[in-house]
Parts: sequence; structure tokens; C-alpha cells
Amino acid sequence: MFKILEKRVLNPDVKLMVVDAPVVAKKAEPGQFIILRVREGGERIPLTIADYDRNKGTVTIIFQEVGKTTKLLGSLNEGDYILDFVGPLGQPSHLENVKRAAVIGGGLGTAIAYPQAKKLHSMGAYVDAITGFRNKDLIILEDEMKKVCNRLFITTDDGSNGNKGFVTDVLKKLLDEGTQYDLVIAIGPLVMMKAVSNLTRPYGIKTIVSMNPIMVDGTGMCGGCRVTVGGEVKFACVDGPDFDGHLVDFDEAIRRQAMYKKEERQSLEAHECKLGGIGNA
Amino acid sequence: MPNMSLKKVQMPEQDPNVRNKNFKEVALGYTEEMAVEEAKRCLNCKNRPCVSGCPVNVKIPEFISLIAEGRFEEAYLKIKETNNLPAICGRVCPQENQCEKYCVRGKKGEPVGIGRLERFAADWYMAHREPETPEIPKNNKKVAVIGSGPAGLTCAADLAKMGYSVTIFEAFHTPGGVLMYGIPEFRLPKDLVQREIDIVKKLGVEIKTNMVVGKSVTIDELMEEGYEAIFIGSGAGLPNFMGIPGENLNGVYSANEFLTRINLMKAYLYPEVDTPIKVGRNVAVVGGGNVAMDAARSAKRLGAENVYIVYRRSEAEMPARLEEIHHAKDEGIIFKFLTNPVRILGTDDGWVKGMECIEMELGEPDKSGRRRPIPKKGSEHVIDVDTVIIAIGQSPNPLIKSTTPGLKTHEWGGIVVDEETGATSIPGVFAGGDAVTGAATVILAMGAGKKAAAAIDRYLKSKSA
Repeated sequence: MFKILEKRVLNPDVKLMVVDAPVVAKKAEPGQFIILRVREGGERIPLTIADYDRNKGTVTIIFQEVGKTTKLLGSLNEGDYILDFVGPLGQPSHLENVKRAAVIGGGLGTAIAYPQAKKLHSMGAYVDAITGFRNKDLIILEDEMKKVCNRLFITTDDGSNGNKGFVTDVLKKLLDEGTQYDLVIAIGPLVMMKAVSNLTRPYGIKTIVSMNPIMVDGTGMCGGCRVTVGGEVKFACVDGPDFDGHLVDFDEAIRRQAMYKKEERQSLEAHECKLGGIGNA
Repeated sequence: MPNMSLKKVQMPEQDPNVRNKNFKEVALGYTEEMAVEEAKRCLNCKNRPCVSGCPVNVKIPEFISLIAEGRFEEAYLKIKETNNLPAICGRVCPQENQCEKYCVRGKKGEPVGIGRLERFAADWYMAHREPETPEIPKNNKKVAVIGSGPAGLTCAADLAKMGYSVTIFEAFHTPGGVLMYGIPEFRLPKDLVQREIDIVKKLGVEIKTNMVVGKSVTIDELMEEGYEAIFIGSGAGLPNFMGIPGENLNGVYSANEFLTRINLMKAYLYPEVDTPIKVGRNVAVVGGGNVAMDAARSAKRLGAENVYIVYRRSEAEMPARLEEIHHAKDEGIIFKFLTNPVRILGTDDGWVKGMECIEMELGEPDKSGRRRPIPKKGSEHVIDVDTVIIAIGQSPNPLIKSTTPGLKTHEWGGIVVDEETGATSIPGVFAGGDAVTGAATVILAMGAGKKAAAAIDRYLKSKSA
């Protein structure tokens, strides 16, 4: 059992939790993830490690409530327990020898991009952070991000923060102005990571993306998280989750992510029906 | 008077057309009367050929004599002298290739139903007796066991009986390894596995779940934490794929994923539980081992109309247990022998819509001693399926290897060990089961766990001497 020590609501859909998990905290590195199960009968789902404190033995997760499991998790409060919490899993990001980097976060992806920016910044790299959200109410980690980068650009799809556009628009402008990067890290929805990778390809800038496919065990056992990278099949849980964005077959990944769409919707509807149903009125 | 019937006493089973719609156990087990009658078929041979066929040397004629005399509790305890998991072995051991293969009664007629009797004794004990908590003097030496499958549980239980303080590290949230995630409920009920694990815990073995050795903690760190010896029984948890086009389409599963969703995550109870599974109307399972049978029979139970086993050799070469092949046929699984997939066909939006196969014929024997399948030119044809499950074997999981410098492994991933002791290239570190051999059987893994436990005891005694 893993105790929730702190809970914060970052925006209406996105929550942050600090979890007491010393075994994971001891070894966690940016880029790695955990697998959790909220309760008996629950799914095993992967979540990226957003932060960790080795001394306190805590691990921070940030998640968006999209399906049943994340909604259940979001309903827990400080002092409650998560049933299973295992990790750190996956390969840490390779951030050595980077002098200038652009770290790009799309929506919740910002939470995953944050530890990477933090690590790069702490290693002395010049970091431009570009984050994008649907509207200004959904912006997360603005203050945290500012502390770990040299410049922060925040875009919104609807322009409600005064900076309408997509993260790719900002990146393109920066590149067109002649800004040099030796690494671009893009984390967010698959379509966004695909767009960033397509943008940086002609510039020849190394681009890392973080894949978040369907996964069961997280140790290479089920093979459910297969991703085609440069024509080779990789398992995101052990070979990744970071991969070279110029080599990832995004179209396949987008198709595979839709595998349980129908079941996810059913499960969520059944869950919400119970929560808001007559029985609770 | 021995019972000279040429046939085994039949074991009652659920009707095939009923059981292929539920996940309850297929074989129902002997009654006391049936067990006594079958036990009387044993001739109690002096040279005990059956025992030589058992990887853990169960005292077979002795326990069967006790059953014949109606002394069921003593029969169980006799088995337990060498076998820590009898209720499991009685169900999933390939007896026809082990103990029963050497039974004298098998020369003319069927061998004694040793597996069925073992199962009976274990079930009888569980139904009638509370397992005791034995008093074992501790020797204050710590041993770590990695993996709580059959190899790990056996090794841990044997060491605990010798007085060692044993901690098992399990990556999943539930102990049991392949017994929990791999073998379906209808062949091996999970509450029974749980009870066998509880008995191992009663010996003082501690089980830490959610610990991925190689990630959460490394072998070196365990040594630093004061574990004086380590047994690696991490299994063969890396699915093999065929490398044919279309394997990443939606609807293609590894058998590992398919069975884990069903057995460990209980996806057949969805939406009562949260983990879903997709089973289409027409399912192809590629492979011919027990895992393929388990996947095919599970798919049928989940409502698939047509389930095919696609196997590239002929029935005679199938590695699955005979009983499971029979069970699968009875349940309506369709066998396509001498057939090999060449690619999986998809719809425009990425779902499986068919599997192109080629017919095979058998040529000269290959390295494995089995006749090599050769494709027949021009025999390509498409099977109409919407789900494909790949069950062509597993390799040892590389997580431990990749984080343990100095641990020697074969090119294919298996850990290199001394066959007699299970000792690896690192002093104090032993290994056994599928992590060493690649995917094999429960009983072979148990045999390896047992051997390693004895070797660890010798190693630690010689170290302190």
C-alpha cells in the first residue's frame, strides 16, 4: 500500500499526487515511469514519474482524468492509499552533452517534459520550453517550468492566453529565426509528437519523443506496448519510453492506441453512472 | 488384490459444451472410492521406475499404497516430503512424459493415474485439514529468491525448511508467476495456487510484491543488503513474435498478454473488473504447445465462434500435453496442422481481417529431432480471422541480465549455470527454471529450484565453515 502524502488540483482535469514510495524514489530518473493499480480488480496503468525526492522517499505523479482508472485515482485524497505502485520502469532519458535544448510539452505532456527540462537545466544546458494547451484554464506547471528553463513560451489553441497557436508554430518561428538546438524533446499527444518530429526532420535536429502505449506488466513480458522504430519492433516499457521521433511509426502507434476505445468508454460510462446515479441522489 | 483393469479409473469432467463457456475447472477430480480403486492398480514395483521419471523424486509407490489403504492424510504428507506444490503438479505436470511413462502397467494398457492420485491427495488434505505452521529453528542467514513462480516457490520453501530466512521478490502485484498469469483458471484454479503459496508463507517465507529486480533493486544491491545467496527464478517472460508483416495490427496479441489479461487481471469478468480484452468472432492461435492450447480454449470461453490452432508441423510433433490437446478438441477448437502464417492482413484502420498461411510438408529431422517443416509452393491461402494470438514460445526476460554485470547468459538469453547446482557465473548467485532453460514445464522448474536450494545450503555451509 502506498500512501498519498499530498494532492493538488492543477487544472479541472489534471491532478498531482506525491506518493510515499521510497523504493521507486531511490532510483527514479527523468524519463522513467511507474505502473500502478488503484484498487483490487483495477487495471495496471503506466504513469510517468513527474518528480521525485530521494531523501523523503517520495514520487510525484501528474495525471489527467480521462478513463475510469485515472478518475478513480483522482478521487483519492491525501492520506488515502494506492494499492500497487511499482518502478522505476523504462530507460532514463539520455541527456548528456546537450548544450541547447527545446523541451516541448503538449497538455499533460508538460508534466512529463518538466523533469527532463529540470535535469537539462541542472546540467547547465540552455533550455527553451514550449508548452501548449487548449485554453488558458488548462495551463499547468507554469511557475515550475519557468524555474528550469531560460525562456518559456506558452501557446493555447484558442488564444485565450494571448498566444494563439500550436507548439509547432513557436518552434518553427524559433528555428526560422536561426535558433540552434542540439536536442528537441517533444512530449504530448501522438499527433503533436508526430508534428514536432516532422518539423525538426529537415533541420536534422535530434528529436526525442516519449511513447505511452497500452501496457500491462511494464517489464517486457506482455509485448502489448510494441512500437515500430526505424523498421524494428521495440517494446516501449523496456526499450523506451523515449525514442527517436524521426524513426517512430506514429501512424501505427495512433492506431494501436485506439484498440480499447470502445471498452474504455463503456467502463467510464458505467463508472460515472454509479457515481452520479439515482443511488447517490 | 491389485485392480488389473487395463484402463485408468476415469476422472469426471465438465461436459465439453458446457465448460467451453465457463472458466471453472474442467477435470473434477476423483472421489475417495475412485482414488482407492485407481491406487489399487499400482503393483508397488521394487525398482520404482516411476520415481526416476519425476524431476522432484516424489515417493510414488509409497504414497499410492497409502491411498489404497485409505490413509489419505499420510499419502499427502508422503508427497510433501519432496514436492512443495502437489495440488499444482497433480494438475499441470506432463505425467505421460514423466512418472507415468515408466509405469509397468503402461506396457499393457494405461499406466497408473499417478497425477490424478497426487491431485486427489492434495485436494483431500486441503478440504479436510488446516495446514500447520511448523516450528523451524532459524540459522539467521538471509537468502533472496527472485520470482515467485514454481522455481522460486520451491527453492524458497526448501530453504525455509532448512532454517534460512527467505525473501521472495515478485514483480507483479500477486505472487505465483506463471501459475497465476499463464495457466488458466479452468486448468489450475487460482484459489488453489493461493493456498499453496500460503503454505509456503507458513514456513516463514516473506514475499515482497511490486519489486522488479533489475529495476526497483539490483542483484548487487541485494548482496549489499545482506542476502548471502540469491536464487534467480525469473522465468521466461519475453514473448517471441514471428517477425511477419502485420504483427502490430490491432487484434494481434502475444499469448503472454492475452493470458495475463485473462488469468491475472481477470478480464473475463470485465466490466466487473477494469481490464478489458478483445476477442473477435474468429481467432487464430499460432503455436502447438500448452500455452497455445490455453489461449485457444480461453478464446472459445470468451465467446469466439471459431478458434483455430495453426501449427506448422503435424499433430505427432505437437509439444502440448496429450490431455490438453484432447480437451481442446472436445471443446471445439479447430486444428490446422502443417500450416504456417506468412502475413497478417489488416483493414484500412489497422485491425486484423485475415491471416495468410502456407501449407507445409515434413522433411528430414532437424536439430530438435523433429521433422523439419518445408513450405509447399503455391499453397498460400487466407484464413478469415479478426484476432491472432502468437504462442510460439517465450525467452528469458533480459531485465536482470542487463543490470547485473558479470552474469553470463547464452546468446538466446538463458542464464548460464552449472547443471548440477544451478550456480551462475557470480559466486553466491544461483538460477533455475525457465530463466535458464527457456519456456519449459512447471515440474522442471520445481526440480531446478530444489536442486538450487540444496546447492545454496552447501554453499553457505562451506562459506561459514
